[in-house]
Amino acid sequence: MNAMSRVEPAPLLKVDGLSKWYGHIPGCMDVSFEMRPGEVLGIVGESGSGKTTLLNCLSGRLPPSSGRIEFDTRRFGLRDIYTLSEPDRRRMQREDWGFVHQNPRDGLRMRVSGGANVAEPLMNMGQRHYGAMRQATLDWLSRVELDTARIDDKPRNFSGGMQQRIQVARNLIHGPKLVFMDEPTGGLDVSVQARLLDLLRELVRDLDLAVIIVTHDMAVARLMADRLLVMRRGQVVETGLTDQVLDDPQHAYTQLLVSSVLQI
Amino acid sequence: MIATSTPRSNETERYYNYAYLDEQTKRMIRRAILKALAIPGYQVPFGSREMPVPYGWGTGGIQLTAAIIGPDDVYKCIDQGADDTTNAVSIRQFFAKVADVATTEDTAEATIIQTRHRIPEQTLKAGQVLVFQVPQPEPLRGLEARETETRAMHAYEEYGLQYVSLYENVSAYGRIAATAGYPVMIEERYLMSPSPIPKFDNPKMDDNEAILLFGAGREKRIYAVPPHTQVRSLDFEDYPFEVQTWEESCALCGADDAYLDEVVLDDAGAKMFVCSDSHHCGQRRAEGHVGPMAGHQLAQGEPEAAQ
Repeated sequence: MNAMSRVEPAPLLKVDGLSKWYGHIPGCMDVSFEMRPGEVLGIVGESGSGKTTLLNCLSGRLPPSSGRIEFDTRRFGLRDIYTLSEPDRRRMQREDWGFVHQNPRDGLRMRVSGGANVAEPLMNMGQRHYGAMRQATLDWLSRVELDTARIDDKPRNFSGGMQQRIQVARNLIHGPKLVFMDEPTGGLDVSVQARLLDLLRELVRDLDLAVIIVTHDMAVARLMADRLLVMRRGQVVETGLTDQVLDDPQHAYTQLLVSSVLQI
Repeated sequence: MIATSTPRSNETERYYNYAYLDEQTKRMIRRAILKALAIPGYQVPFGSREMPVPYGWGTGGIQLTAAIIGPDDVYKCIDQGADDTTNAVSIRQFFAKVADVATTEDTAEATIIQTRHRIPEQTLKAGQVLVFQVPQPEPLRGLEARETETRAMHAYEEYGLQYVSLYENVSAYGRIAATAGYPVMIEERYLMSPSPIPKFDNPKMDDNEAILLFGAGREKRIYAVPPHTQVRSLDFEDYPFEVQTWEESCALCGADDAYLDEVVLDDAGAKMFVCSDSHHCGQRRAEGHVGPMAGHQLAQGEPEAAQ
């Protein structure tokens, strides 16, 4: 009840009636929710449930068929991102957002060194001092627990878990307000996954980041997310606090999803 | 060796359309050139034609020349700075044949200079046109493979990515080691590849009196730098742009302010440095400048500019 009496901060992201159709096939239908700064939202569901479609619409990569996505941009305030002009939207995406792909190969430039990958967002924002960028890159490599001596190695010379850490550093170095993560631990083995999740949780807490994380892994959702959206066949079937949804699932599909987690 | 050839009479039967290309094509190319001059540094797409040489041998430059050349022009063609290389000789002969123009090796005398990999040492004047042969017009291509994306980046002036290549240079070599095709900003608006000229030549483009035209035949792009345009080479605040320097001077003419080629002389490692601009070197020798290896056999057989 105490929480109710506090002044609610302005929403960071407001989604209203979002639908995306691929011809006559629904990608996602009538999705609405709000997010506050510093909140971690998990989107869970099985393959083909519309998680990635929703994420792509939210992150400005896929114009929705209908509905509004409003984001509290640094330059323009709360704006429907698809009403921004293309250069403004691209700029906002560069400055206010990060996007961590499941496969680091999609999120990194494989031909340039890890250090250059991490420093690129700074250059995109107009930094033209090599020494300052180098220092920021070294700082971030140590923050994501990578060996700073390997700053000039190419991404292909790093293991999958390390590549993912480079990608995380690349997406946080410019101080984004919101980071999208698409199965960030998807391709990793469990021990590496656990360490990366630990790191992500720490960074999110320290930076007071807002994160939208898409996953089919209930354990990841449990560890990372404050709140969950459960999707099935393009529709949100259940929402709520993570513990609430996972411990006391109301919808039949959520019950099935939670009960199908493998136990050891 | 053609020093100057007299224009052939137009009354003899002609087997080619004037300057090889048909009139409609030349018109299309001229329109692209005008647009390129109006938007300095912007890559204008054009309908590149099949030429009688393979892509990579200067098809873009030949088409540009064909579109702008007239019987009164004096044509010079250089490859890596030299007038007497195979490619330069054949392209020069080509235009002597199909456009009835006088050809020259004298930089000052030429009205159209077609070039690959160099800008002549001698300062160009108003009224001259320098035509560059360009293999890859897109400076961002090495880092971004998608044409749709690079076009958007030019449209919205998103040039941070180009600095990634400079960053890579500094982190690998401790300095910006890129030497050819060094990216430039035109009037602080368009990022442009100067074609693979050495960065030694980059400062010559800034506030140049001549018209600089760039043609990429395979990639079907034309771009231009009109006279007196600001051309700035990219750099970092703490790693400023600088050009190559040599400890040696030209072995034949003694020039210490020209771009030098290293020539290996034997298997024992003997070498000499000579001007890459053959006309400039010849002219200096004719004026009496003498380098440490003057009279070397490499200098034999080269026409002296004074002749």
